[in-house]
Amino acid sequence: MSILHDDDYILAPDRRPLSALYSRNARAVIERGFRVIKSQNWVVLVSGFFEPVFYLLSMGIGLGRLVGSVQGPSGAPISYAAYIAPALLAVSAMNGAIYDSTWNIFFKMHFGKLYQSMLYTSLGPFDIAVGEIFMALFRGFLYALGFTGVMAVMGLIATPWALLLVPAAVTVAFGFASFGMAITSYMKTFQQMDVITFVMLPMFLFSATFYPLSVYPEPVQWVVEALPLWHGVELMREISTGAFSVLTLVHLLYYLVMILVGLAFTTRRLRALFLR
Amino acid sequence: MVTSVRAAQPVITARNLVKAYGDVNAVDGISFDVPAGESFGLLGPNGAGKSTTMRMIGGVSQRTSGQLDIMGLDPELQGPEVRAHLGVVPQQDNLDEELRVRDNLIIYGRYFGLSRSYLAQRADELLEFAQLEDKAKARVDSLSGGMKRRLTIARSLINDPKILLLDEPTTGLDPQARHVLWDRLFRLKERGVTLVLTTHYMDEAEQLCDRLIVVDKGQIMAEGSPAELIRKHSSREVLEVRFGTDRNAAAADQLDGTGDRIEVLPDRVLVYSENGEESLEVIRARGLRPMTSLVRRASLEDVFLRLTGRSLID
Amino acid sequence: MTEDSAQRLEVQAPEVSAAKARRWGSFYFMEHMLRSMRAYAVTIIVTSVGNPLLYLFSMGVGLASIVDRSPTAHFAGVGYLAFAAPALLVSSSVMTCANEMMFPVMDGFKWRRIYYGPHVTPLVPGQLAAGHVMAVGVRLLVQCSVFFLIMLAFGAAVSPTSWLIIPIGVLAGMAFGTPLMAYAARIEKENFQFSMIQRFIVMPLFLFSGTFYPLETMPRAMQWIGWISPLWHGNQLGRLATIGLTEPLWLVAVHVVYLAALGVIGMIWARRNYARRMNA
Ligand SMILES: Nc1ncnc2c1ncn2[C@@H]1O[C@H](COP(=O)(O)OP(=O)(O)OP(=O)(O)O)[C@@H](O)[C@H]1O
Ligand SMILES: [Mg+2]
Repeated sequence: MSILHDDDYILAPDRRPLSALYSRNARAVIERGFRVIKSQNWVVLVSGFFEPVFYLLSMGIGLGRLVGSVQGPSGAPISYAAYIAPALLAVSAMNGAIYDSTWNIFFKMHFGKLYQSMLYTSLGPFDIAVGEIFMALFRGFLYALGFTGVMAVMGLIATPWALLLVPAAVTVAFGFASFGMAITSYMKTFQQMDVITFVMLPMFLFSATFYPLSVYPEPVQWVVEALPLWHGVELMREISTGAFSVLTLVHLLYYLVMILVGLAFTTRRLRALFLR
Repeated sequence: MVTSVRAAQPVITARNLVKAYGDVNAVDGISFDVPAGESFGLLGPNGAGKSTTMRMIGGVSQRTSGQLDIMGLDPELQGPEVRAHLGVVPQQDNLDEELRVRDNLIIYGRYFGLSRSYLAQRADELLEFAQLEDKAKARVDSLSGGMKRRLTIARSLINDPKILLLDEPTTGLDPQARHVLWDRLFRLKERGVTLVLTTHYMDEAEQLCDRLIVVDKGQIMAEGSPAELIRKHSSREVLEVRFGTDRNAAAADQLDGTGDRIEVLPDRVLVYSENGEESLEVIRARGLRPMTSLVRRASLEDVFLRLTGRSLID
Repeated sequence: MTEDSAQRLEVQAPEVSAAKARRWGSFYFMEHMLRSMRAYAVTIIVTSVGNPLLYLFSMGVGLASIVDRSPTAHFAGVGYLAFAAPALLVSSSVMTCANEMMFPVMDGFKWRRIYYGPHVTPLVPGQLAAGHVMAVGVRLLVQCSVFFLIMLAFGAAVSPTSWLIIPIGVLAGMAFGTPLMAYAARIEKENFQFSMIQRFIVMPLFLFSGTFYPLETMPRAMQWIGWISPLWHGNQLGRLATIGLTEPLWLVAVHVVYLAALGVIGMIWARRNYARRMNA
């Protein structure tokens, strides 16, 4: 508590790259995230894990009885439950990441005013983005771990490769989360946020989650093959059966590019998103 | 008023600041300097652009044009660097509703990269300052409006800021809390902290501000110390007389020359003059019988209303 | 704020306002709610048209292509599309109604406090609850009608009584929605109750109420979910109407009575909770 003098009022500029947006303190945002998790009801955290499990039970067991077995990625027939389980994991990774990077951000921005208060500190938008993406991926990681466990218990896992489902799910989540914030930066009202749902729902329904792509006419197949979720679904399926091919690399590469482009895009949009 | 102890060098320099929302200029070419250690006020009616200006100073709102220099840096290019030295009390409390009261202070401090051991001690000091010690573990949404305000103010001091931006800091506070805050701000000022504040309480502005600007529709209408502004834009005293709602206008026609300036309001007539009692004598001498009369010193409020108009519809 | 305009507008006598409000109050508030839904008009229209298209294509056509070729699958003698379509309509109505009865109700009491404006007029809380329900009913009616038209276009409604799916959809929505509304009216603080309801009640009901396959396909231990689920009762009624599913008469009666009872009890309970909360 010393007396301030004139030279205390002269600041030296920070010349490191991104210094306008980044103060290298994302860990403070992460720390907050964990403190919230700790003080919040654990049921809330755990509940996110159930949705794909319910889908797996309903479709895998119920519908599975009617459908019987289907052709797996290696060509060998597998049970319907084993067919949809990895796809559901990809879908849930996508949904969680999208929710956390769009609606969650939007709410905290416009209603909780959380980011306003963070931005009045020495944090920059980039710190917040990194911290929030990390938290989203952390939740995604927990759910993926839980879901893979459920698959094991249901006897849907036949290869040790399936352990890779967890990091793969986090990768899929990262791909979507890196784009989500950039998209949210264009949204000003609730109504506009609904656009996200209009895009995600068809992607979920058409990305070969519940039935093979071959049921569609060829042009439709091309469209679906261009969508990120399809790559996620296929990647997970290949991992779950250990049936790798060149395509596995293609899927991975797709996500790598998606993450890099998404992060660059989000970084560019940080000002529009946070500094209105 | 406490005067700065040293040669004043501006720590905030604003030149032709403009912020446009759509095609409306919320801030429309504002320029001012704030020397180190000064307590600087922004007054103005609702929607004048005060909060917007404050947000640009904090670097959390991108300006449309103009220059801004905070302690030698542009807050838009060096946001984190500048804000590390800023304490901000926004107009609307934005406490972290998901965290408890004490955690609000600690986590906020972590955003400045402050150490946990420093924060543990600092948080307790600030809880005491805000008189919220017994609420340390409470949820934020269980606090009353005034308590939240006090917590927000306490939070702004967590990093021992050099410049404190206070946007209507005392709105919602009871008189005790208001006086505690004034006292605290005086002490910060004595330490050389620069204060920038907005308020709708004119007594507060007179109490706290060394110098202020009156803003209307995004532009500066007047600038000076409270005393200067009163001297320049008002007489020394104001006489308020009432003749009854339907007779005020008629009576006012007969008041010419009783003061420097006459203002007719729906419910009363204001006579601005150097000596109110004398003016009242003159009025009585003209055979007018006001229902009530009141002589008071001219205040910043008179200046404010004079400069920004009384009507809400503009 | 000019007081003395030459012509004063004469307001109707307070007694008249009170009498009118007693009679038509619910409708006045329904109008209020419908007007505020206009902000979401685009969303409502796009979802009303988009959802049926998406679900009928992906489930009814896509999924059907692997279900229908299976020898074990047969659905009351019709294709999978016709089997799933009425249940998808009922599900969409129930989910919409659930959404309209959670956050908007909380919004009315707590966030934007839209109920408290009318509350200081001659309207009474019960009328606010009724008005809200009626407005949602209008939305469901529109949504179910659009869904039905799209079903026709897909050739998924063959029976001449198919149109009955529209009132059935609204009824099922309300049977689930009004008790939920009553519950939402009691919540003082939103602590994720709504997400929990979404995740642990709405979602499981959608998945385990014989929407995608007959209830009997599920293990016996899980079939009780269908029996208590308004969705299953709605689904069965819907299939009765659109594909002529045959069921004993008593079971049909059970479906109707169960749904109606839920709706009525929910409404009564909701009115009580509204009055309790607002007059507290
Ligand atoms: N995010 C925004 N988008 C659009 N317009 C805005 C936004 N923020 C402020 N404005 C507009 O800018 C103008 C100035 O607002 P500002 O909040 O700076 O006023 P103020 O002087 O702080 O008023 P008050 O005394 O009411 O707090 C207003 O006309 C307001 O409507
Ligand atoms: Mg303001």
